[in-house]
Amino acid sequence: MSSRRVYMDYNATTPLHPSVQEAMVRDLEIFANASSMHEDGRKARGRVEEARKAVAELIGCGDNPEQIVFTSGGSESNNTVFATMFHLGRKGPRRGIITSAIEHPCVLNAAKWLESEGFPVTFLKVDEYGKLDMSQLKASLGPDTLLVSIMAANNEIGTIQDMAEIGALAKASGAYFHSDATQAVGKIPVCADDWKADYLTMSCHKLYGPKGVGALYLRKGAPLEPLIRGGHQEHGHRAGTYNNIGILGFGQAARLAKEELPEYARRVFALRNKLRDGLVAAIPKVRVNGHPVNVLPNTLNLSFPGAEGEAILLYLDLAGIEVSTGSACASGSLEPSHVLLATGVGPELAHGSIRFSLGRATSEEDVDYIIEQLPPIIKRLRAMSTVEA
Amino acid sequence: MGDAFSWLYSDVVKDHFMNPKNVFNPDEGFEPDAQGMTGNVKCGDQMLFMLKLKDDVIEDVRWKTYGCASAIASTSMLSEVVKGLTIKDAYNIKPDDIAQRLGGLPDNKIHCSVLGDKALRAAIDDHLAKTGREGAFRNEGARIICTCLNVSDRDIEDAVKQGARDWEGLQARTKIGTVCGGCKKEAEELLHEYVHIFAEE
Repeated sequence: MSSRRVYMDYNATTPLHPSVQEAMVRDLEIFANASSMHEDGRKARGRVEEARKAVAELIGCGDNPEQIVFTSGGSESNNTVFATMFHLGRKGPRRGIITSAIEHPCVLNAAKWLESEGFPVTFLKVDEYGKLDMSQLKASLGPDTLLVSIMAANNEIGTIQDMAEIGALAKASGAYFHSDATQAVGKIPVCADDWKADYLTMSCHKLYGPKGVGALYLRKGAPLEPLIRGGHQEHGHRAGTYNNIGILGFGQAARLAKEELPEYARRVFALRNKLRDGLVAAIPKVRVNGHPVNVLPNTLNLSFPGAEGEAILLYLDLAGIEVSTGSACASGSLEPSHVLLATGVGPELAHGSIRFSLGRATSEEDVDYIIEQLPPIIKRLRAMSTVEA
Repeated sequence: MGDAFSWLYSDVVKDHFMNPKNVFNPDEGFEPDAQGMTGNVKCGDQMLFMLKLKDDVIEDVRWKTYGCASAIASTSMLSEVVKGLTIKDAYNIKPDDIAQRLGGLPDNKIHCSVLGDKALRAAIDDHLAKTGREGAFRNEGARIICTCLNVSDRDIEDAVKQGARDWEGLQARTKIGTVCGGCKKEAEELLHEYVHIFAEE
């Protein structure tokens, strides 16, 4: 094992920003129930409301922070939207659900659940770069469309969709528009209004905050059926005692994400491109997955023909480099990355894919270290491979 | 222990993964007497096993794989174990034996480790065919799955190789499970496994 650790899996999760950790530790003694009327309760609630304002500001709706509903994370936020559609679709004339083939499993599986309940569901195709097929979207929209749910940026390949255009089309058809912006928030500018979103999903642990906290942006007037019923918290949208320390951590993470975004994006994008150029120059026949321009600044997805992804990942791990792969062998299923398959790269390139996701702490030295360590690993795996690179 | 790798694989697996034994190297000039290939790149794993033989004894082996850490480590281990064995004994090695020697494998990785074993048997079958004994070991080491009709795991494997892809297809070829049906669950698991290894295109 190498003593050097290079973490390149920030799309999986991020460490706490030191300033978030500081804020959380400082207020750990605030234990009171944020719904209690007494002074300690009001103090706890104050932190929650400050956080709500900061999260609202991160997605450009700081004037209406009440549009933010705190949840346990991205999966809950997404499931709440789909559960709401289940209730609306049972009562109303609109039942059509439109989403994409490259969504996160929590959206895909929620959509499949609606399909099993008899809702017509369309999984839109994407092109070789992971961009949504807009003509298929236009053709699929109709007077019976209930929801359009499209992720803003893909977690595996980083491709960013044309959200304003998609939102405008969805709204023009009279459908609700939801976006899973879990990977976009904190990495690119996100404005719920510009996208005409009715619902927007966020997760705190992807932006240097704690795990177990997320949010759902809910446009004023958009319907919401609670997934968790109980008390009157969050205007009845989401019951359960406030996770006030987690939520205040989210607030601080949101403040920092907004403040640091331009500098962060500029810096990690330069490092990401350096990593891409270095690896493409040092290793023959590398395929760069995802969109060449409309891509998250921190995400680099590469395929190495002739080498299997889980083996690459574990050799990198032994060298202290932490990444993820689209290989079936790493997922526990027999299918490789559904995202890469949807871009049409073919199973072999999907099995041999590696995602590098950079972050705040990534340094030039980290990038140099990978450019030094990876080429001999690929060379070695290709030498023992039954498949020509 | 205390090693970050250990939660996933044993130290023995790790050692075979880091330093796989008997990997084919084109510069060595290894001339196999028989070879067998199994698996499919589309499924993310493929294995080639090559044998050097004398009087039905395995003198030396080489292998190549497009596969994960489990496939690499288990085939490395297998390649050490089979040297010096008769082809009949080698044919009867069970994937479980290899997994045990490796100090165990995670449940979802067992199927990756059977690839080496299948490729080895394909290589031995190749040798048998070349020496006019095609299919001679068909029932070696076979395990009866359907006790009513005496259908073995090898019969299921053969049925898949001949085109069976689902339970009905398997029954049409082997009559398996048509009496008491008690073997259906186990047979379906094997069917799924063999379809993955031999048939997915």
